[in-house]
Amino acid sequence: MVEPEFRRFDTRALHAGQYPDPSTGSRAVPIHQTTSYVFDSVDQAAGLYNLETSGHIYSRISNPTVAVLEERLASLEGGVGAVCTASGMAALHLAVATLLNTGDHIVASRNIYGGAFILMNHTLPRFGITTTFVDPRDPEEFAKAIRPETRLIFAETLGNPGIEVLDIGAVSDVAHAAGLPLCVDSTFSTPYLINPIEHGADIIMHSVTKFLGGHGVAIGGTIVDGGRFDWEASGKFPTLTEPYEGYHNITFTEEFGPAALSMRARAEGLKDFGACMSPANAFYLLQGVETLPLRMARHVENTQHVIELLDGHDAVEWIKHPSHPSHPDHDLAKRLYPKGTGAILSFGVKGGREAGKKFIESVKLASHLANVGDAKTLVIHPGSTTHQQMSIEDLENAGISEDLIRVSVGLEDPEDICGDLDKALRSSQR
Amino acid sequence: MFFSLDGKQVHGATGAVGFEGRSDPIVVLIHGAGMDRTVWSQQTRFLAHHGFRALAIDLPDHGKSEGPALESIADLSDWIAEISNHFGEKIHLVGHSMGALTALHAAGNHKDSISSVSLLGVGATMPVHPELQEAADANDVKAAQLITSWGHGTKHHLGNNPTPGLSMTGGTQALIESTARGVLGVDLLACSSYEEAVESAENIDCPILFLLGSEDKMTPRKAAQPLIDAISSEKTIVDFPSTGHMVMIEEPDLVRQKLLAHVTSS
Ligand SMILES: Cc1ncc(COP(=O)(O)O)c(C=O)c1O
Repeated sequence: MVEPEFRRFDTRALHAGQYPDPSTGSRAVPIHQTTSYVFDSVDQAAGLYNLETSGHIYSRISNPTVAVLEERLASLEGGVGAVCTASGMAALHLAVATLLNTGDHIVASRNIYGGAFILMNHTLPRFGITTTFVDPRDPEEFAKAIRPETRLIFAETLGNPGIEVLDIGAVSDVAHAAGLPLCVDSTFSTPYLINPIEHGADIIMHSVTKFLGGHGVAIGGTIVDGGRFDWEASGKFPTLTEPYEGYHNITFTEEFGPAALSMRARAEGLKDFGACMSPANAFYLLQGVETLPLRMARHVENTQHVIELLDGHDAVEWIKHPSHPSHPDHDLAKRLYPKGTGAILSFGVKGGREAGKKFIESVKLASHLANVGDAKTLVIHPGSTTHQQMSIEDLENAGISEDLIRVSVGLEDPEDICGDLDKALRSSQR
Repeated sequence: MFFSLDGKQVHGATGAVGFEGRSDPIVVLIHGAGMDRTVWSQQTRFLAHHGFRALAIDLPDHGKSEGPALESIADLSDWIAEISNHFGEKIHLVGHSMGALTALHAAGNHKDSISSVSLLGVGATMPVHPELQEAADANDVKAAQLITSWGHGTKHHLGNNPTPGLSMTGGTQALIESTARGVLGVDLLACSSYEEAVESAENIDCPILFLLGSEDKMTPRKAAQPLIDAISSEKTIVDFPSTGHMVMIEEPDLVRQKLLAHVTSS
């Protein structure tokens, strides 16, 4: 039997989007620390500005170092293209701003990153875009919340912080039946654990800041364009299917077909809103992506050790991680995530809020900070930090109780991680 | 742009430059099996802004053109000649793969309609691997994967796309996956059953340009040689090292320049 031959995932994590620079032989991706690019001729410059030809003009729109990261992420996700942004939040905003207009509506999972929730619940309404939040475990709820003016379905592949596992296929079926694209935030899963496009998602968003970058050194985001959504058949996305005066009346679906969204997001969104990724950050993040497969495998392995520690621990009330049989999505997780469901978990400390505080203040190796997906183990008490702007009711809706501790399991020796958590748990009970 | 041919709706991209009031020569760009106009996205708009009316067409039942798909290269080339009649003037043809056979046949058999031809990813014969044909007939996504895998040179499998942020293989695969059910199978059969390539080449009397990838696994470089040898009109051959079958996507800049030079001088 003949089989298609593609470079495999681990190889593409190292090579996609780049081969050694022909003029210098540089093996590593060079940092093109430049704002702008010399034109060959007036005609070439005009062609670039007019989207007749391809190349770089100005680093707000594209940059060769950033472009390597974009192509690499597109390749790892199986998409047609990617646009990198200054942060994960900028990526989410770029997706929304490229596709939606005033008066449009989003149906989103209620178990999402606090910042994304605030954006949709409080900030976007100022621009006339509203959101209905639903239970990500119930595809029917998504279906019921869809209105004539709905333009986007949004959820996290692995929710925040309960690690709700999205049934991507079921929710994408709901979205597609309504002529809508499904955008997923796949930050917690990374392309190593799942390729949402294969399951029916249309746009993949990442905070590259997290596991993709992997070392907690640079902020960045991306949207990956799956290229499978039929914008024209849907008829709901004039930014892609109608002439755009900003570029001599180009119609993005007409000229670029499957890559319409990527092209418009860059030509309009990056250019006009300007939330571009810097070349130096792209370089740092690329170093992370190179070892993504090795790191994620170890993150997942270490997470199992932590779960074993917490499971049945005297100071632990409950554990939330899809690999634990008590998790409501345990079976779905096994089906969708054969390599594991990542390295973020939450648990409840016996003794509630006070014990939680004591725990956080007692860890010595784990770092108390507002991030996930670092090589180092991180802990946080979301109720008093990431999600503190949310009302008690919104907190409950988002599945966050006062005793909840979130752990992002790092790459230290698992015995040291577990030892640290164990000691802090004991201290929390004193 | 939409227009009507034999009572059916035909669609083509014009680089967002209308044809109204223009008398520049027309360049018709013809895509290959299971694809559509958008494979020429790196050339259409450029030609449209460089002295030509560019028309990257969707063949019947591809992209936004009405079906059914035409089942033979001869039928496709008659259809292309109809485009020349529709506009009432000779046209330049640029064809890739199945579109290249179509352009070749049209240039050999509808001489009065064609000013020049440019062929990319072409061979004197285009045998199709039986398992590819089978997958295409079954509307199996494997067909798109095989074409994508074979269609790009080793180097371009990793990308480094001159168009920032786009994945070459990702784009090709998504495009083929978007083809209407059944159409890829019809296209591939049209390619593999076509036997008049050398005869058509012998008949050609307009200038011809070959843009050939040295790592083309779909139509190996050596398969183009019998065509090149058979042509007695003015011919230009450009070989692209490290490039596969999807020349216009893998080497967009050079393809643009070579096409413009060819249609300008023809
Ligand atoms: C799931 C998720 N999505 C989005 C974001 C926002 O990303 P960034 O901090 O890179 O803007 C974060 C983290 O902050 C996150 O955890």
